[in-house]
Amino acid sequence: MAEERHMAFICSKGNLDMAYPALIMGWAALGQGVDVTIFFTFWGLDIINKKHMDRLKLPPVGIAGMRTGMMGFPVDVGMPQILGVLPGMTAVATAIMRKKIADLDVPPVSEFLEMLLDAGAKLYACKMTVDMMGLSQEDFVDGVEIVTAGDFIELTEGAQIVFI
Amino acid sequence: MTREELQAQGIPLDAEGFLADPSRWTPEIARALAREEGIELTDAHWVVIRFAREYYEKNGVSPTLRQISKGAGVPTKALFTLFPKGPAKKVARIAGIPKPAGCV
Repeated sequence: MAEERHMAFICSKGNLDMAYPALIMGWAALGQGVDVTIFFTFWGLDIINKKHMDRLKLPPVGIAGMRTGMMGFPVDVGMPQILGVLPGMTAVATAIMRKKIADLDVPPVSEFLEMLLDAGAKLYACKMTVDMMGLSQEDFVDGVEIVTAGDFIELTEGAQIVFI
Repeated sequence: MTREELQAQGIPLDAEGFLADPSRWTPEIARALAREEGIELTDAHWVVIRFAREYYEKNGVSPTLRQISKGAGVPTKALFTLFPKGPAKKVARIAGIPKPAGCV
């Protein structure tokens, strides 16, 4: 393995199933001695927002792979998208996925971010989105730095970029 | 002890430098493998190594970093300081057990 390998993840989405890929891959990379940077932009900011990070949702609409098993039904078949819009479906899907995540002993988002920071990951919030959404430093977990897109590009020179 | 000396004693390492047979591990081998990583083992390291070995003997798989952190009571920050640049692999290698299979 190259001595200076560096991976940068861009988190642009704030759904529950869009938060974990970067957290898990970033953690795996740190465990292997790879430098890790995560840049949160647009809806991805919810992942580091103290108010939202442990309340991310899994809306079943628009997920082609959503199956009834994931919604708690005993029979696991493809789920018609129209069912996903029924009231309560998002809450059900979210609760089930949260339980599946916890059953694997994977920590909630807030604890995961702490682990990543303790392991040396750099977490950045996109300045333009922060301004656009009327947020400020206090909205984010400790250890997050607000930077411009240009800063991010400079900070990740030579890194392998993963866009989520 | 260098890698060559280990091999000469009939303690082979696999291509990635992991002990081919975890049952052949000794504390002396751990010290040799740690030195290869530039780590001089202290009591704090041994807490981690002993936990990892016990976990492997009990469960047949190597612990992940989170399992080590929770099980041995060693904070994440300390794990990354004790075994810098890739503790997941380094702990397993020095403890003479296979690479951890879990992700978190």
